[in-house]
Amino acid sequence: MAVIHDMIPDFELYQPESLDGALEVLDRHRESAWVLAGGMDTFDWFKDRVKRPEAVVDLGAIPELSGIGETDGGIEIGAMTPLTEVVDNELIRERYGILAEAAETVATPQIRNQGTLGGNLVQDTRCWYYRAGWPCYRAGGNICYADTPESMNREHCIFDASRCVAVTPSDTAPALIALDAEMVIRGRRGERTVAAEDFFVGPAIDITRMTVLQPNEVLQSVRIPDTWAGADFYFEKVRDRNAWDFPLVNVASAMRVEDGVVQDCRLSVGAVSPVPLRMDRCEELLRGQKISEDVATRIAELGVIGAKPLRHNGYKVPLMRNLIRRAIRGQAPV
Amino acid sequence: MNLFQRATNPWGQDVLLGIDWSLFWIALIAGGVFLILHLALRRRWIGEEKKAAANAPDDPGLPQKIQRHSLASRLFHAVMGISMILLLITGFLPKVGLQFAWLEIHWITGLILTASIVFHIVHATFFQSLKNVWVGLSDLGDMMREMRKAVTGGEAPAKPGKYPAAQKMFHHAATLAGMAAIVTGILMMWRIEQPLWAQDDYKFFGDGGWGWVYVLHGVGGVVLVTLTVAHVYFAILPEKRWMTWSMILGWIDRKDYLRHHDPAKWPVTGGK
Repeated sequence: MAVIHDMIPDFELYQPESLDGALEVLDRHRESAWVLAGGMDTFDWFKDRVKRPEAVVDLGAIPELSGIGETDGGIEIGAMTPLTEVVDNELIRERYGILAEAAETVATPQIRNQGTLGGNLVQDTRCWYYRAGWPCYRAGGNICYADTPESMNREHCIFDASRCVAVTPSDTAPALIALDAEMVIRGRRGERTVAAEDFFVGPAIDITRMTVLQPNEVLQSVRIPDTWAGADFYFEKVRDRNAWDFPLVNVASAMRVEDGVVQDCRLSVGAVSPVPLRMDRCEELLRGQKISEDVATRIAELGVIGAKPLRHNGYKVPLMRNLIRRAIRGQAPV
Repeated sequence: MNLFQRATNPWGQDVLLGIDWSLFWIALIAGGVFLILHLALRRRWIGEEKKAAANAPDDPGLPQKIQRHSLASRLFHAVMGISMILLLITGFLPKVGLQFAWLEIHWITGLILTASIVFHIVHATFFQSLKNVWVGLSDLGDMMREMRKAVTGGEAPAKPGKYPAAQKMFHHAATLAGMAAIVTGILMMWRIEQPLWAQDDYKFFGDGGWGWVYVLHGVGGVVLVTLTVAHVYFAILPEKRWMTWSMILGWIDRKDYLRHHDPAKWPVTGGK
């Protein structure tokens, strides 16, 4: 069992002042390197002595990774932008309120001051069996300790388990999927962009990673197009302690509604699957529907079809169903 | 380099996790080295082989096409071959960095391979002669003579029956490695979610016992990598293609029969 220690193991600390410099170090050290953003996830790992990288690349001194700017077709947020800035930014609050709302539910004010948008997206899962340093599938072993008859798996997934049952704990991810955001990834070979919903990787494809980021790549920024600017948004996060906790389930939706009829919509649910789920089937059915209690209930029912709860997380099924219903109903004219 | 991966489980026990995946590369390199060595040695006897082929004996009393493999055998071989390649691809590519959703393809293909092997065992036991493929003492002698001839020249071994000694040895090695991978693979299906039975991670073993299951599965897999490289190599080698074609068409030419086989050990039973 991992125990928090006062000292962290030795590593070479790199504090590059340019992204190219950071990528050069990452390319050199590959799997033995660790990218440090706000440090909120990192220092737990280090103090628990579960992760022992040879090289730590601190992105804090790279100006091109921070800031929020307007672009031709929307806005671009640097991955190192602190969550507090995302919450307080006027442009985001005015056009993409759902992101500000989601970011505001992350942890505590102190953590949001230090934690970054990129860190919130890329952070590792909170499965305590995995974080305790035990040799589970995600850690390169051959068992999921969270999926045995005696496991405590209240926070784990109800969809898409493939040996590992851990979930992504990000609150901003469902909001960015609802906003049709793009992740801008930089590597030594250049830049590539990935749709927010494709940024996350489930255990069926790669059981040891949470995102498509390769060891020599960095999440540079998040681009949000104008498409959903000023739409009707809904975000809700349910957690054990409202003061400070990871989501049990969170939901984010963006809709264009005219005369009570849904013209277009995007809906995403987090913490129910190893990746944030985009609810395509629900969206499809919702388009063209006049929002009502009955429609919201039927579509929410559809959303949870296929859920396979573990021993202790059956509650997530009605919770997810109700959150989808509320996300849809939340758009109804009062 | 480590042969195995080990870790400490939640009970503080040092347990095996499986083989070290670098063994995949070693298996691949071993296959490549064998191939290069064989190609180098082959230059010494290939001229002789060609001459012998040109002056091959003939017996017009025998059918032109002599049946070597029944349709059932050929279908089994095709299913087993495709399954094996798919299993190696889905088993090893994710371990060497190419990520895709491999698990379902892997276990479904594994079950297809298992079914085909069960069919093969029944078919070979009741409808074919097990003696044809069994390695005896004389085969070991033939094998030694064959190797001596390849390396230093010398007397060729006697002509074999239906299968040469090397082919029988390959069959035995593939059977051992294949059975290790299949039996452990079926056990490992208790550790994943699939529709056939309920997942139960500790049904048969504790962490230590499971470690050995994963090791055996991995060892079977890497041995099959080397064997597959060798098998594909021989299948495409020009002087062995008559055998490859016989696995596709079912028959061999009368001249190939007389040149490569001893009719007393493998009498003609069918042909046209």
